[in-house]
Amino acid sequence: MKEAEIKRLLAANLLCVFSIILTTTVPAFFLDSFSVLGTHLTWLCICSVSISALNIVLCLVLKPNPSPKRSSFAHKISRFLKCCIYFFMSCILFHVIIVLYGAPLIESVTETFLFAVLLSTFTTLHCLCMLGPNIQAWIRVFSKNGAMSIWDNSLQITTMCSILGAWFGAFPIPLDWDRPWQVWPISCSLGATFGYMAGLIIAPLWIHWNQKQLTYKSR
Amino acid sequence: MRLRSGVFASSCLLVEALGVALFLRGFFPLPVRSLPRSEARRDPPAEPAPPGSGMVSNWTKIPPPLFKKVVIVLIDALRDDFVFGSKGKQFMPYTTQVIEKGTSHSFIAEAKPPTVTMPRIKALTTGSIPGFIDVIVNLNSPALLDDNLIWQAKTAGKRIIFYGDDTWVKLFPKHFVEYDGTTSFFVSDFTEVDDNVTRHLDRVLKREDWDILILHYLGLDHIGHMTGPNSPLVGPKLHEMDNILKKIHISLLSKEGESSLPNLLVVCGDHGMSETGSHGGSSEGEVHTPLLFISSAFEKRSGPLTQPKLVQQTDLATTLAVGLGLPISRNSVGNLILPVVGDKTMREQLRFLHLNGFQLSRLLQENTPAYEKDPGYEHFKIAEKSHGNWIKLYLDGNNSEILLNLGKKVLKQYLEALKTLSSSLSKQVAQYDMYSMLVGTVIVLEVLFLLLLITPKALSSRAEFEVPLSPPLFSLLFYLMCLMLCAVHVIVCTSAESLCYFCSMSWLTAVGVMVLISALMCGILSAIGKILESSRVPVKNPVVSNSSWSEVDVLILAGTIGHVLSLGASSFIEEEHQTWYFLINTLCLALCQELCRNYFLLKEGDPQHSITLKQSFDNVKEAYECKNIDIPAAGDSKLGKVTSSAEFIKGSDKWISLASPWIILICCRLLRSLNQTGVQWAHRPDFGHWLTSSEHKSELSFLAAVSLVMIFILVQRKCSLVSKIAMALGLLGVYSYRAAIGNIIFPWQRDSKDISKGITEARFVYVFVLGIVFTGTKDLLKSQVISADSSVKSIGLWEVYSGLVLLAALLFRPHNLPVLVFCLLIQTMMTKYIWRPLKFDAAQITIMHYWFGQAFFYFQGNSNGIATVDVSAGFVGLDSYVEIPAIFLTAFATYAGPLLWAIHLLCYLSSEVSRNSAAMGHGCFCYALVRSIPVAVYIILVTSLRYHLFIWSVFSPKLLYEGMHVFITAVICLFFTAMDQNQSRKVQD
Repeated sequence: MKEAEIKRLLAANLLCVFSIILTTTVPAFFLDSFSVLGTHLTWLCICSVSISALNIVLCLVLKPNPSPKRSSFAHKISRFLKCCIYFFMSCILFHVIIVLYGAPLIESVTETFLFAVLLSTFTTLHCLCMLGPNIQAWIRVFSKNGAMSIWDNSLQITTMCSILGAWFGAFPIPLDWDRPWQVWPISCSLGATFGYMAGLIIAPLWIHWNQKQLTYKSR
Repeated sequence: MRLRSGVFASSCLLVEALGVALFLRGFFPLPVRSLPRSEARRDPPAEPAPPGSGMVSNWTKIPPPLFKKVVIVLIDALRDDFVFGSKGKQFMPYTTQVIEKGTSHSFIAEAKPPTVTMPRIKALTTGSIPGFIDVIVNLNSPALLDDNLIWQAKTAGKRIIFYGDDTWVKLFPKHFVEYDGTTSFFVSDFTEVDDNVTRHLDRVLKREDWDILILHYLGLDHIGHMTGPNSPLVGPKLHEMDNILKKIHISLLSKEGESSLPNLLVVCGDHGMSETGSHGGSSEGEVHTPLLFISSAFEKRSGPLTQPKLVQQTDLATTLAVGLGLPISRNSVGNLILPVVGDKTMREQLRFLHLNGFQLSRLLQENTPAYEKDPGYEHFKIAEKSHGNWIKLYLDGNNSEILLNLGKKVLKQYLEALKTLSSSLSKQVAQYDMYSMLVGTVIVLEVLFLLLLITPKALSSRAEFEVPLSPPLFSLLFYLMCLMLCAVHVIVCTSAESLCYFCSMSWLTAVGVMVLISALMCGILSAIGKILESSRVPVKNPVVSNSSWSEVDVLILAGTIGHVLSLGASSFIEEEHQTWYFLINTLCLALCQELCRNYFLLKEGDPQHSITLKQSFDNVKEAYECKNIDIPAAGDSKLGKVTSSAEFIKGSDKWISLASPWIILICCRLLRSLNQTGVQWAHRPDFGHWLTSSEHKSELSFLAAVSLVMIFILVQRKCSLVSKIAMALGLLGVYSYRAAIGNIIFPWQRDSKDISKGITEARFVYVFVLGIVFTGTKDLLKSQVISADSSVKSIGLWEVYSGLVLLAALLFRPHNLPVLVFCLLIQTMMTKYIWRPLKFDAAQITIMHYWFGQAFFYFQGNSNGIATVDVSAGFVGLDSYVEIPAIFLTAFATYAGPLLWAIHLLCYLSSEVSRNSAAMGHGCFCYALVRSIPVAVYIILVTSLRYHLFIWSVFSPKLLYEGMHVFITAVICLFFTAMDQNQSRKVQD
């Protein structure tokens, strides 16, 4: 049972990684002069949208945390709206934090906001898909020893990795190398993306190796 | 011997300060080539004797001057593109015309960093490259004792007139027959400084009783400092300079008819300016200055305008010496700029070059024992020989084409030799005294290892440990090491080729240092031995491994290591403020998470899950925020009010506590945009520039008033009544001081009053500073002697602290008062809402204080470049430059951030003593450790990078800052120990 679930997780995560790689190459066929560095904002949009779409589809297909009771249509709609609001709030919060970290307040707002959207896609959206707009579940997952399934573990790892990636991505900015990828927010968004991808790959492997130690409380 | 951690740490820091001082002395060698000037007047060399006997050249004296009158116009911070670029074409039409069509030679003179005025003046007049250490004594500017052009000219009976920057007057006292020095004290003055110079011009130009006229214009530099090189003020200033040059040139031309010799006008800049308008570093804009020679002696320029050739700034001294018929300054490393004498006969040109080469090779002889192997010297000898041959042909009367071609060949040989000679001499300036550096490094490293090895013991709950002094001191190893090191010292010093500071110290001192080194070594060895011993003993009770690291611990460790590693990259040093801002931001977020966990998750861990729905909703909201995925904190305080009234007080406290990291983050973000520092983004507009610009005086006044009130509110809480009143009066004094020097205005004051230095007001504030500090000290002494309750002591400490805050308020730049306010605000919030509830241990608190202290160092507008040191702080309340107080005040103003945080740490820890009696000792130890690690690593890095391209522009200033910081930390730790001592005595009583 567990093995099979890990395999499903691996497949889903690999799909995400693959889709990120696709977002860097495929748009070049449709848009002229597309490159990740050159038209970074376009790529940010494409990447966020495609990852969100893929995450939602995966969530619908795999149903990692099937809701116990059947819910009405109206309930579903309200859940969906809640999700949208949470996502938007997380974008704003990320934007605020990034500005507090020293991003310009007035100039390049678009860049900063799109970077915040990307980060939210990697973290909040993932959580929303997995856990729904149920904040108690979130707290449970992100507190110590709170994971109840391998999906929760995977969620923890990818979220941490994305944020750490963005954090480390800020390091090269002060260097005077004058490279195109040192421009705000490219290094950070690339860092977040690499962190996310690394998290996606590491999560199944880590779970596989630590299978013995992982015991999940029943809910 | 039992030692407390604090005592141990401060003694370690004192030893480390000694090591750092030794290292700095070795790294920044003082110029050793300052031989007395009387010796400098040696006979000039004759022309090289032609081979064979009988014939001797009759040219044995110094050649006669080529120019009658020389006018040197030095425009401070004149960048090359101001003259040769588009700005020059637009604003300096006359000069451009002279450059393009007139009788002139134009060059780009390259200045060596540090591009600060005084070293540059020294370079221009002596032709030598002043050591970096000259920047440190830049304030002081004592008379220049080296052989220099001005002195030579004066000795030769030339009459020199000087108008301009009074640095010259200080450097060359009694050298000028007439002078008018202008102080560059008021940087905001753009016109007065230059009018002071120009007003003499008409009169002087009419007169005939001078030979050399030196004008030093400061206005452009001031404009650069205040508004940058692209400001609209630069154009009119350049135009003004152009008119002055035109006036001088025309007047010089008109005089020429009467005399046989032509006159010379030299236009140069001492340094350029960076894109932000500051200088001191080595960016292209800072080092490239124009150099124009204008004289009717030169041929009219024909043909298209070419890019001016690059010469060294030091070349000017040599060229002028030749032009004025003076001996070339003894320490000059400059080369003669040949085009200037290009229209002389071949024999004369060769003669000049020979003089120059002879002087350079003599300088080389004096400084390098192995000078004969130097390629430059060899080249020179060859050139000299062929020069002799050429003279033989010449004296034989051979006057053909061959002679000319041969002459050209000799000329080329000479130029080659000169270039090599001066480059090998310039390298000499950057010769490091490796032995002293090594000894310093060894001491610093040993101290660091000792501190690291002793850490577990020092941070134990007693903060006291046994230092085994006698076994290592009486061991054979110790004596052997002493002997060996002394032997090494003798060998090194007897075989050393270059001068070495450590060798020149008295042998008693040297032996003392050697004993110290071996003692430290033995201490380390015995510490290692003990650790091994204790690890061999089987641990009875298995280590209680609940020492799982919290996020804050991980962050603190990673941040410290990361910062130390970042010192290896020059960009990270230039932008070090970014590192600190980044770290304290992350720290705040980590603290926020810790707070959330403390308030919510721990409760959830309770066995009974019977939390009411409402509470759980709140929990949820807030913990949600702790994951940084929710609404900003501001909204939460509203939510807090929903909680039941019984829990209201506790609840509101909780919400403030949760909001505080966010408020701190916002404060930090505001401070960050107050002063843009560093290099890459320094040109970005910031609030500081906006406030200091003259249009926003009323805003600045308002801000200053609000800040002073805030400072009073934040500081007075813990003071006694007397110091409260003193504080209020002192802060009023600060405001009136700022109004007196014209930074800000009183609301009732309509027309701008005339600016004074505000000496009375500043002294008024000093009285209160001293008063408050004195009251604090009195309380401290009382608490020690009568052993009263600890509240007296904490009041005393707080009073000392508030006295320092008042001093900082006086000394800071006018727009930096908010820094002080935010500093106090953050400290208050941290203490009340974060550190107390979370119960961090002393080590964590200390490191957080250190981080914030570092960040505030940069929030003040400091950077790791020399240019940002606010030297005007050293003049506050002083009539003239007085060395000791000026140094003290400048150092205090520069390091106010770290210092205030350190003293606050002391206040905080002394109030924590009731909880943890060893807090002070731990704090002191951690502070010492956290300071020693970067210093030790940086010293090693600098030693290994000493031939790096940026060593003088980036790494050396940082080294000075680090060294200074060690001294200050040593003082702080001593203060800590003194306080701790009181405590211990009281505990014993």
